[in-house]
Amino acid sequence: MMLKIKRVPTVVSNYQKEEGSEAPRTVGGCGRNCLKACCIQDAKLPLYAFKKISKVGGKDLVVEKCQEELPLAFLDSLVLGEWEDRVQRGLFRYDVTSCETKVIPGEYGFIAQLNEGRHLKKRPTEFRVDKVLQPFDENKFNFTKVGQEEVLFQFEASEDGEVQFHPNAPVDVENSPSFVAINVSPIEYGHVLLIPRIFECLPQRIDHESLLLALHMAAEAANPYFRLGYNSLGAFATINHLHFQAYYLAMPFPIEKAPTKKIATLNGGVKMSELLNYPVRGLVFEGGDTLEDLSKVVSDACISLQNNNIPHNVLISDCGTQVFLLPQCYAEKQALGEVNAELLDTQVNPAAWEISGHMVLKRKKDFDEASEANAWRLLAEVSLSEERFQEVKALIFEAIALTKESDDSPQYLPKDDVVDSVDPSTYPAVVAGSQECVVLQ
Amino acid sequence: MESINQSLDKFYSPHARQSLDELSEHFTITDPSISGHPIVFASHAFLKMTGFTRDEVVGRTGAMFQGPATCRRKVMEIREAVREEREVPLHGSSRVCSSVAHEFVFRCCRKEVCSESLAELTRVSSANQVLEHDVSVKLSTTLAELHLLELESEEEPREASGDERRSAATAMDNIFSVLTHYSELTGKLVCRKRCSIPDVGLLSSSLIISLGRIKQSFVLTNPHLPDMPIVYASDTFMKLTGYARDEVLGHNCRFLGGRDTDASTLHLIKESIKTEQPCTVRILNYRKDKSSFWNLLHISPVRDASGKVAYFVGVQIEDDYKNEDFRRCWRPDMKQLSVVGVVKVAVRSLSMSAGSSKT
Repeated sequence: MMLKIKRVPTVVSNYQKEEGSEAPRTVGGCGRNCLKACCIQDAKLPLYAFKKISKVGGKDLVVEKCQEELPLAFLDSLVLGEWEDRVQRGLFRYDVTSCETKVIPGEYGFIAQLNEGRHLKKRPTEFRVDKVLQPFDENKFNFTKVGQEEVLFQFEASEDGEVQFHPNAPVDVENSPSFVAINVSPIEYGHVLLIPRIFECLPQRIDHESLLLALHMAAEAANPYFRLGYNSLGAFATINHLHFQAYYLAMPFPIEKAPTKKIATLNGGVKMSELLNYPVRGLVFEGGDTLEDLSKVVSDACISLQNNNIPHNVLISDCGTQVFLLPQCYAEKQALGEVNAELLDTQVNPAAWEISGHMVLKRKKDFDEASEANAWRLLAEVSLSEERFQEVKALIFEAIALTKESDDSPQYLPKDDVVDSVDPSTYPAVVAGSQECVVLQ
Repeated sequence: MESINQSLDKFYSPHARQSLDELSEHFTITDPSISGHPIVFASHAFLKMTGFTRDEVVGRTGAMFQGPATCRRKVMEIREAVREEREVPLHGSSRVCSSVAHEFVFRCCRKEVCSESLAELTRVSSANQVLEHDVSVKLSTTLAELHLLELESEEEPREASGDERRSAATAMDNIFSVLTHYSELTGKLVCRKRCSIPDVGLLSSSLIISLGRIKQSFVLTNPHLPDMPIVYASDTFMKLTGYARDEVLGHNCRFLGGRDTDASTLHLIKESIKTEQPCTVRILNYRKDKSSFWNLLHISPVRDASGKVAYFVGVQIEDDYKNEDFRRCWRPDMKQLSVVGVVKVAVRSLSMSAGSSKT
């Protein structure tokens, strides 16, 4: 048996055609102004090269940069300026700032947006949801098919260690550049896609290097309200081409306000906690001496989820110093017919943003009746059961505990550092195949 | 720096400093109406505790006291409290003036005795709001932050004890009674809670803080008020035009025009405002001293969370071709568009929650 759900795919590019029909191109090169060999040679795109911040804690570089009192960081201006430019050039399917948004009264402050335009004009398509890792398929839509005008800039690590910006840099395909492109169906202002090493055509699958790039983007923007999200296949990613999403929303997400319980301090000083009193069970990774430390731990955790076929969502917040990891099973329940009709009728696809508390609603009725209880009910369906979550946690712990450092360290770690200390040896051994959320064929 | 020094004197008279200094509490006062939301006053006790001199603190932001071990969550709580213009509520307490504990590890780098040691601060913040009667579109706010020193160092944040809450409340009372006293003398109305004057022209101080980050000449105008007055003008706009903020707030932008300003350009602007479309024009404008300059002006509508146009933002760039470097690196229109982007994000986000802005 193969598990599938039917849903309306999100249109992220103006060149994302219905299967089997040709989308018109109006400009440039081969007549398509695309990112393929025929057009890319002559292309000039802005290039932002960031400084690799090796020491986060040492000189307070990131922490200090994040204060909203400071003038706009360069990357912030670049994203916003280029994005507004595309707004005024009419590249988006709708003006997201015309979409009504409100904070739902309640303890958590879930945010509801009424977006009636996002899912129009598309036929529902079948998506396989029981395989987190699927091979890249060149015949399906991928980001090498977007138009150059949809790309905002190239994003890479600077070679000489200083921030660099070139307003018109050639695209060096051999050098595997990463692109930042608009999402033409934005769910908030500044909605962009970060596509690591775009020309390598990587499938949606987290690796250490790509996650580090995403953390760097959050750190460079230096704006706590610019967050990045990641959805695995089976957790509402619709395009199997490695990408992160990001946008601006200048208020805290409910998930960021949820209390946490510390589980452990890991290699490089990364703090690992568990979300408490939140409808979706999840883990939080914070801090660390360097961005590399944080990205190593989180990517190891994601890789273990991928290898164990557990769909998951990731939210990168607080300027890249905090990462939420949320395994989920909504799509699978949906495929098995276990989600009640009332929830399905809302057609809300609980991906990283929804799980973080930003709900994009398609029907006026749902928007008007939005309540904390409704949001909670939906998200509770997304969450793994407590029992299953503990199994998954053990799995993750096993993957990262291998690198857990001995307690030789610093003044920031008082003795009773570990709250509700968990000894990894008390975890049950991981049993593959006991996963209730994975239906085997 | 001048505006920072004047901030306190203007509303509370210079004598207020002296009385504030006599208080034994550790506290700072910040002014969100100044770009960067800087500290405008630090108490004697606070300086003594932290080892900084007044000059090192005034003009900077509270962020300077944070370090690698600072609890990020508490920083977020403070940020949100300021954004929503509420006091950080002390855990479990319903008192108006109480606040929650913001705890962070503070590095006493200035004290020779303990260059590597850690001390813990409890920061309690509260806000009072000052409304000027004479200029209806101007809002001024003063935030007082109280710092309680703790001797034991702990990494994990902890809740303030009942005693601490009570002493924080008393301390806040003391600070406010000084401020209230002196504001009566200067004739400016001070109240602890925001006065509920139903004036649509009033910008929330959280919006002012967000806009204050933008180092670029721009104004916000409100199309829902008679004659579409300016409701916000950036520091750079003041520098560019030579006017004082009081002279432009509440006025329509037409004072920038003059004898040789092209009427057809003005017509174009009017049309784009009417149709709620963005536009870019090159227009001859005049400074306060009557000297003229070519203004590369970009205007765009800005919608609030309800999706309706709430403001128009006008971004000015002096078109003088002097700065070639700048032109090569960053196209001026891109700079204007990023200002539009920041303003759109700020206005939209800050009007989402009922508690945060105009109600």
